[in-house]
Amino acid sequence: MSDVLPTPPDLSVADPTSFAGVVVDQVSKRFGEKVVLDRCDLAINKGETLVVVGRSGQGKSVLLKHIVRLLEPDEGRIWVEGHEVTALERSPLMELRKKFGMLFQGSALFDSMTVCENIGLILEEHTDWPDERVRARACECLELVGLVGTEDKLPSALSGGMKKRAGLARAIVMEPEYILYDEPTTGLDPITADAINDLIIKLQRELNVTSIVVTHDMASAFKVGDRMAMLNDGRMVFHGTVDEVRGSDHPAVRQFIEGRADGPLGVF
Amino acid sequence: MNILAIIGQSVINWLTALGRGFMVLCGIVCHLRACWKRRREIVEQMHIMVIGSLTLVVTTAAFTGAITAVQTGYQMKNYVPMIFLGTIVAKSVVLEMGPVLAALVVGSRLSANYAAELGTMKVTEQLDAMEIMAIEPVQYLGLPRFVAGVLMMPVITLVADFIALISALIVSTLTLDVTVQTFTAGMRLFWDIADPITGLSKTFFFGGIIAMSGIYHGFATQGGAEGVGRSTMQAVVSTCLSVLVADYVLNTIFMQIIFGGRL
Repeated sequence: MSDVLPTPPDLSVADPTSFAGVVVDQVSKRFGEKVVLDRCDLAINKGETLVVVGRSGQGKSVLLKHIVRLLEPDEGRIWVEGHEVTALERSPLMELRKKFGMLFQGSALFDSMTVCENIGLILEEHTDWPDERVRARACECLELVGLVGTEDKLPSALSGGMKKRAGLARAIVMEPEYILYDEPTTGLDPITADAINDLIIKLQRELNVTSIVVTHDMASAFKVGDRMAMLNDGRMVFHGTVDEVRGSDHPAVRQFIEGRADGPLGVF
Repeated sequence: MNILAIIGQSVINWLTALGRGFMVLCGIVCHLRACWKRRREIVEQMHIMVIGSLTLVVTTAAFTGAITAVQTGYQMKNYVPMIFLGTIVAKSVVLEMGPVLAALVVGSRLSANYAAELGTMKVTEQLDAMEIMAIEPVQYLGLPRFVAGVLMMPVITLVADFIALISALIVSTLTLDVTVQTFTAGMRLFWDIADPITGLSKTFFFGGIIAMSGIYHGFATQGGAEGVGRSTMQAVVSTCLSVLVADYVLNTIFMQIIFGGRL
């Protein structure tokens, strides 16, 4: 099958220590016998939105978690703004993480806290703001994602789309420089999914963040992305601008974009 | 796989878990200076531990005291003067029954609670979310539970001891024809301050063991609902076993330190 896939692009960066963005350099990860990432390279420029697409179970979320070292790579290194994330001590790693916000696939809201407390927690931890100011900022973020009136609700009282939006509000409350989106539209109806896409674009424009979006929803990928990378069997097999992906005539890329079961990408 | 390989693998797994648990404990100890910062969470956990366990502890202690009095009275009848009933019951309750039974019932409840709560947070990526927010889960979630466990277990044990002794006194007077004066005189007869000191000293360790068991198994949870269930079960089992083993070890040590050459 590999001979029909596109040749892996050369995404290596000559000097990652001076690269203003994120560099993934030859990262490999295996869980037991299963190779999830295989010498994966990627470079994300500051201020852009990169979408990583690929079928389910191809290692997209694993790649995302490596960038903030929620997972440790077996091999390879990751750099953020010249800092080698994979070699950082605990304390500087925590400092670096303050530059990140992340929207999790299942939202990962703290279910014992209200929506407002979920969003305000990071402010309570890392600022000396009084409670009123924390609450005001949380409400401001909720307004940005269209969730006014849910401040005192528990996550269990929210719908799937509302949870995603609350998760997004939590991700942006500290005005991060980087936002990681793990399947932001998965499991949502098309209208809510499109509303989430609009939010991602709005945040990109208003906050000028660097975004890395992991998804297999091609409508979402085309809408929010500046560039796109395709992950298959743990390897980056394609990389280009959204227009390049749209115009690609490679069978594997076309198969994925068009969502067909028949083609060079195996189904099972 | 032969039997030796199975035993060997089990020992390796057990030692690995012990090592990882010790690492979590070290992480918590390293964050002890953050106790003041985490005071709100600590008080919340103390409240959950004490108030939530009170009914269970009072019921257990009441029946423990009652059955201790009845069984001791039955064994002593016709052989030993009943004045010693208070002595034996008081020493049993204060040294062993109160601390150990309170630790077992509170430990089962609490370690299951911690393991299920933290395990669910782990499998639903809430712990990852906390990490991304640059909040140490060990400090935010582990430290308050550990400190609450260590500080509140003696308080719960004191309540358990008191209830058990009152219960034993009532049962003795109502069913064994022992007067209140005889029972209390017996309690005072060989009263030694080393008894409650030994009994209560152990409970600080029991509290730590209970909290650590729940915290460790919660943080180590893998998989989905099945993983949470497995962690919860393992937390309860390891709590009960650890409390009993620790009771023997601590008794041996305290007998040497507190009682010295008096025994």
